[in-house]
Amino acid sequence: FICYLCLYSVVRLQTFDTTDQSAIVVYTGWERHALVGSDIRLSCSFFSWRWTSPDVSFSWSYRPDGARDSIAIFHYANGEAYVAKKSPFWDRLEFVGNPSRRDGSIVIKNLDFSDNGTFTCDAKNPPDIGGSASSVRLLVFENVPIQAGVITGAIIGAVLGLLVLIVVIYYLMRFLVARRVFSLSVSKHGKKGKGKEGSQQRQASVPPLYTVTLTHSSL
Amino acid sequence: MLLLLLGIIVLHIAALVLLFVSTIVSAWSVGREYTSDLWTNCSSSASGYHCETAFTGEWIQAVQAPMILSIIFSFISLFLFFCQLFTLQKGGRFFLTGVFQILASLFVMSGAIIYTVMSPTWVPQSESYGFAYILAWVAFPLALISGLIYIILRKRE
Repeated sequence: FICYLCLYSVVRLQTFDTTDQSAIVVYTGWERHALVGSDIRLSCSFFSWRWTSPDVSFSWSYRPDGARDSIAIFHYANGEAYVAKKSPFWDRLEFVGNPSRRDGSIVIKNLDFSDNGTFTCDAKNPPDIGGSASSVRLLVFENVPIQAGVITGAIIGAVLGLLVLIVVIYYLMRFLVARRVFSLSVSKHGKKGKGKEGSQQRQASVPPLYTVTLTHSSL
Repeated sequence: MLLLLLGIIVLHIAALVLLFVSTIVSAWSVGREYTSDLWTNCSSSASGYHCETAFTGEWIQAVQAPMILSIIFSFISLFLFFCQLFTLQKGGRFFLTGVFQILASLFVMSGAIIYTVMSPTWVPQSESYGFAYILAWVAFPLALISGLIYIILRKRE
């Protein structure tokens, strides 16, 4: 029976290997924001069960906002990087990736509003050639807008923090004055506090509790 | 006495509910088939009902924050009311409760004022103010009156 178990697990592992053999997972960002005139680094890396082969290849393509088709702008294969001559980035694109470390990032310089669009990175690691490509959306702004919720959170945090601070300071003051009142009342006997500070507060607050319960039952 | 207590609690909860609805429902500006602010823009066009996150400017966030703070302060005020109901001495005033409720009303007022003044910068002229905006303006005097009642009210037997 144990033999059958061993054989079964080995066969299962084999099938596991073959089904995952062509499943490469490509990672890019989801969205990138950049200012006009600046440079942007579009990162692309992949996960593969196989070792990084020397024939690893990266392909970047670009689809402008509103267009239907994408054009190839960059290709890396066999240790050589090729930039497409007809693409709008041919003189602004630089390959900064490290293929042996599974990094196929590119840098696009001097961005303009016409560069808004979707960039797709497709990586292949032979024999791992299956899997789907991954896309990152580029948004070019005149000035970078503030993220949603930053100011909201800041205002709420500041006000609540102030509230907590006021409460803490109030109780601290009460505690300090209580200590001073206590030490003073030891030397001066008849010191009658207002009932708000010190140990007298505790005695004063007990009777009202009783009267409250009495009146509530009378209601 | 019990009737008065009930009335005050009902007023407080009414203000709280109005604050909740005004903050949560995104209908501060409405157009023909378009409601927006504070949180999402929803439009029902030919391709169906479609919502996306609202314009993330600085001023819309400066409206979101006071609205949320007003809800928090109104809640704290309700909690403090019940605390003070059982711990206050006879003849004492619900001062702390009233202060928090008045702070909540001030927050709603500031949020509504900021929205009134700054929304023309991102809302098109064709749109008008929605019901959530009006509820905010209604919640402000309710909360203010409720807070004032707390400050004037004295705990009787």
